[in-house]
Amino acid sequence: MKSLARILPFLARTLAGLALTLAGLLLITFIIGRVMPIDPVVAIVGDKASAETYAAAREKLGLDQPMPVQFLRYIGGVVKGDLGTSSVSNRPVIEEIGRVFPATIELATLGILIGIAFGIPLGIYAAFKQNRWQDHLVRFVALFGYSMPVFWLGLIGLLVLYAGLGWVGGPGRISVAYRYSVPVWSGFMLIDTLRVGNLDAFRNALSHIILPASLIGYYAMAYLARMTRAFMIEELGKEYITAARIKGASEARVLWKHALPNILVPLVTIIALSYGLLLEGTVLIETVFSWPGLGLYITNGLFAADMPAVLGGTFIVGLCFVLLNKSSEIAYAFLDPRTER
Amino acid sequence: MKRIGTLFGAAALLLSAAATPLLAKTPPGVLVVAKNIDDIVSLDPAQAYEFTSGEIVSNIYERLVEYNPAKIDELKPGLAASWKVSEDGKSIAFTLRPGAKFASGNPVRPEDVVFSFERVIALNKAPSFILKQFGWTPTNFEQMVKKTGPNEVTITIAGNFAPSFVLNALGARVGSVVDAETVRKNMKDSDFGNAWLSRASAGSGSYALETWRPNETVVLKANANADLKAKTPQIVFAHVAEGATQRLMIEAGDADIARNLGPDQIAAVKGKAGINVETYPQAALHFFSLNVKHEKLNKPALWEAIRYLIDYEGIATNLLKGQMKVHQTFWPEGFPGAVLDKPYSLDIEKAKGILDKAGIKDLTIDVDMIASAPFTDIGQSMQATFAKAGIKLNLTPGASSQVITKYRARQHEGMILYWGPDFMDPHSNAKAFAYNLDNADGSPQSTTTWRNSWHIPEMSRRTMAALVERDGAKRLEMYRQLQKEVLKESPWAMTFQAQAQVVIRDNVKGFVHGATNDLIVYRDVEKK
Amino acid sequence: MGILLDITTRVPNSRAEARLIQGAMRLRRLLANPSSAIGLVLVLALVFVAIFAPLIATHDPNAQDFAMRLKPPSAAHWLGTDQFGRDLYSRLVHGARPTLMVVLLVIVMAAPFGFVLGLIAGYFGGIVEAVLMRLTDIVMAFPRLVLALALVAVMKPGLINAVIAIAITAWPPYARLARAEALSLRKADFVEAARGLGMSWRGIVFGQIMPLCLASVAIRATLDMAGIILTAAGLGFLGLGAQPPLAEWGAMIAQGRDQAFDAWWVAAVPGLAILAVSLGFNLLGDGLRDVLDPKHHD
Repeated sequence: MKSLARILPFLARTLAGLALTLAGLLLITFIIGRVMPIDPVVAIVGDKASAETYAAAREKLGLDQPMPVQFLRYIGGVVKGDLGTSSVSNRPVIEEIGRVFPATIELATLGILIGIAFGIPLGIYAAFKQNRWQDHLVRFVALFGYSMPVFWLGLIGLLVLYAGLGWVGGPGRISVAYRYSVPVWSGFMLIDTLRVGNLDAFRNALSHIILPASLIGYYAMAYLARMTRAFMIEELGKEYITAARIKGASEARVLWKHALPNILVPLVTIIALSYGLLLEGTVLIETVFSWPGLGLYITNGLFAADMPAVLGGTFIVGLCFVLLNKSSEIAYAFLDPRTER
Repeated sequence: MKRIGTLFGAAALLLSAAATPLLAKTPPGVLVVAKNIDDIVSLDPAQAYEFTSGEIVSNIYERLVEYNPAKIDELKPGLAASWKVSEDGKSIAFTLRPGAKFASGNPVRPEDVVFSFERVIALNKAPSFILKQFGWTPTNFEQMVKKTGPNEVTITIAGNFAPSFVLNALGARVGSVVDAETVRKNMKDSDFGNAWLSRASAGSGSYALETWRPNETVVLKANANADLKAKTPQIVFAHVAEGATQRLMIEAGDADIARNLGPDQIAAVKGKAGINVETYPQAALHFFSLNVKHEKLNKPALWEAIRYLIDYEGIATNLLKGQMKVHQTFWPEGFPGAVLDKPYSLDIEKAKGILDKAGIKDLTIDVDMIASAPFTDIGQSMQATFAKAGIKLNLTPGASSQVITKYRARQHEGMILYWGPDFMDPHSNAKAFAYNLDNADGSPQSTTTWRNSWHIPEMSRRTMAALVERDGAKRLEMYRQLQKEVLKESPWAMTFQAQAQVVIRDNVKGFVHGATNDLIVYRDVEKK
Repeated sequence: MGILLDITTRVPNSRAEARLIQGAMRLRRLLANPSSAIGLVLVLALVFVAIFAPLIATHDPNAQDFAMRLKPPSAAHWLGTDQFGRDLYSRLVHGARPTLMVVLLVIVMAAPFGFVLGLIAGYFGGIVEAVLMRLTDIVMAFPRLVLALALVAVMKPGLINAVIAIAITAWPPYARLARAEALSLRKADFVEAARGLGMSWRGIVFGQIMPLCLASVAIRATLDMAGIILTAAGLGFLGLGAQPPLAEWGAMIAQGRDQAFDAWWVAAVPGLAILAVSLGFNLLGDGLRDVLDPKHHD
């Protein structure tokens, strides 16, 4: 661990950079929202409203103000945790995101767990078998994960596993039969069903989430397997490993006592990064699986001209993305003895 | 390395544990309707202006007079047991049905009717124009709508309208009566309870709103105080955007009714055990219009030619398989006064002849349309048939709000769109398709005529004459005449009348689906 | 292989010849690896099909025939027909064109832009670097697909606009890559020497540093192409990419989605094509990296 004196300036720099990035993020979402060729007023008052109805609604939205004023209002609101009001539902966007976000987190978290459970062992395995057929197979499986159009595989998966074989649940988080017997507590369906001890509902929810989670998990696995393999090969090429092997250490000991602990830090970083990627990657998956999460919220908002919803949702995803990146950067700086800043 | 193998094993086990056979039937006493409900903006009857909200509001609230879903030209008593039109035809006195109660238990009084109409005028939301046609404004409202007896309310109209027109307009959902006492308790500033009522309910209909979660679910529960009791205690509208998904749900028994299946999905479920498919003609009309503001499109010969370049039969029968039927005039079949002439069919040679004679060639038209079925299907078929006559259609599918934004600004060239009447009176459509006095950019109208810059002062006068004609039969004849003229002369091709195809599990009885979403009634639905 | 073998065993007589031999050796190594050979074949197949689409197709890809709607694969229609009765095989073949076009255009727009930006940032350092890299960070902070979605919605859906939107989200990795390379080369002896000789910064950046970074950019670009294909297909799937009647694979999946459960081939076939092509680019990029960049293990 390095001395605080060296860490502090780094921390300050990182945080300042973070603030700047977020301000830039807000500016871009704001601009996109304002040049959108969709009239948000029409979305509210309807197509056949009179001119005066239209004007009144426009004024209420603050759209009659100059752009810089609108932007400052927007930033001021965000700082206070106000992302505006959805023009579709008339509710605060932050409240709506709070409602849909757990669905996305649940999906992405299960996805990343699947990715870790398969990706890291596969990566290690491939590294130990470098350049042999096992290695090639793992690399191919990983590349396949990179190459698949996830929305298409989701569709085919539904076709075969749900419609054809009935092995998994259909679109949505839980079947209608259970939907109203499980009160929302944490917002995570798997936890909420267990909390009330409804095992049938739990199994039903699990059968719904397993297919989409496996698909994004596959993508995460591909990424993690490749990176783990790379880290591991680099580590295994180091002299101390060779020395340990010469001294007669078993391969298992080389792995668990020497190599693995040393690649843990970069692995954690990579996991954080891929988690961010999954949050984004849920957009198409959520569309295919009618998964009521943030990705679906954003695309729905886009098609309904619900600018506050789109801007708010995009900002939240961007925020998570940035925070995950920065925190892994900071963790890296703290934990990795090699990093010099 | 063994431990890695164990890890794999554990993960695989976790995954296989999830694979359970699924047989989730809908619970008894709950009707599950799979439907795309993403169009709901508000459930306040003074604001609700979308398909889904119209349907829900109509099951929560009652109106003074109501349409008979089975026989559209018949108005029947709703909250008003009877009504009397004055000598001069300018006012109508309604006597309320005795004993009617709101879900809160409050009695339905004339004050509630006055309050309900007042908030429509004051809130000035999208559907308010239907009542504002009567000349009602926030300043004169008190004189126009009054309590005239312990159980009587009288409305007065400024202007000279046929009484049938006034009653038809009051039968629209904007004429719903809300519980003034309950709404007043939830008023914020001067919003007449709009924010609260957007997601709550205060009506006297068979159902009351339990929950609305946007893009997720709407739950209705039976209103115990209603005069007309609901047979099924709870209705759940489950938001399912995809027809393919709805089909799976209805087949698996995850839903009792599915509303948005595409033509091929309907064809696939037809005849399957436990599933019925019902077809209901709708009031919505589809058309392809040209914005004649563009010089290259301002040619009557071109307007005539496009009517021969649409494969009406092929689209209706093969492509949309009965979700549309061919209809070419502006007032839909099944409504009094409708003209059923269908003089046009696909005839590429004839169209070519007309175009040649007028010297029209190398024409390219940018066509906007909503990026969903059936518009995309109709558009792609038209693209192919127009190409055969040398007209290139550049299709631009967009989000509906995007398309409408462009249409309102008259920036489009061609438009594939539909129109639904706002109330069941021919004037609702005649105004849209046969009236445009002021074609200036500065005086926007929501009519199809203005939006496509078709300026018709002479015809407009006859449209207004029909509106004030008090002889019913003569009035309908005037509308027939207008339809025939528009059919031949307009810069658009009226193409189809929509037909709703609904998939219902065979244990569900009593579902009523009229010609508009206001006329979808769940009251008598029973699950056996 | 004969010629390759012949060249690679020769002793070079000139610099040009040496380069040629080196190139041939690399190509041999690339082809020796079965997975990158498969990748190359898939990519070449895409290019071939795109160029000769009208000759390979059996039908007009846009000719509709309602009587032949949703027919399964048969002798007349090798991959069946879609909901307008159009021949899927012919549409698939013609769909290679927009796919190839999107990939090439995005790379041509994004890679040079990001590359030059990164080189300049890395070479100059200081405030220039801080500003440029902050810009890069901001764009990178966006979820790529969501940003592309919003951009296309602003510009109006269409193939070219999809290209622009993807390009706008695709340049930052090139900037980062180029910056890192320029940073490490900035203090290199030959750069110092060039500077000592009074060479302008343009000369140094584009004449000395850039050529050394091209290999890593080429690898990055090849690997990127798969991602671009997937993003473009995703936009097409959401209706924001290519517009009808153009046969584009993502849009074809979207069109087949409604019939997926009765006519699986309509959605399955274009999806397989996307998978094959993006796998091709990934395999090729992976192989290229092994050959061109021996430091890399990943």
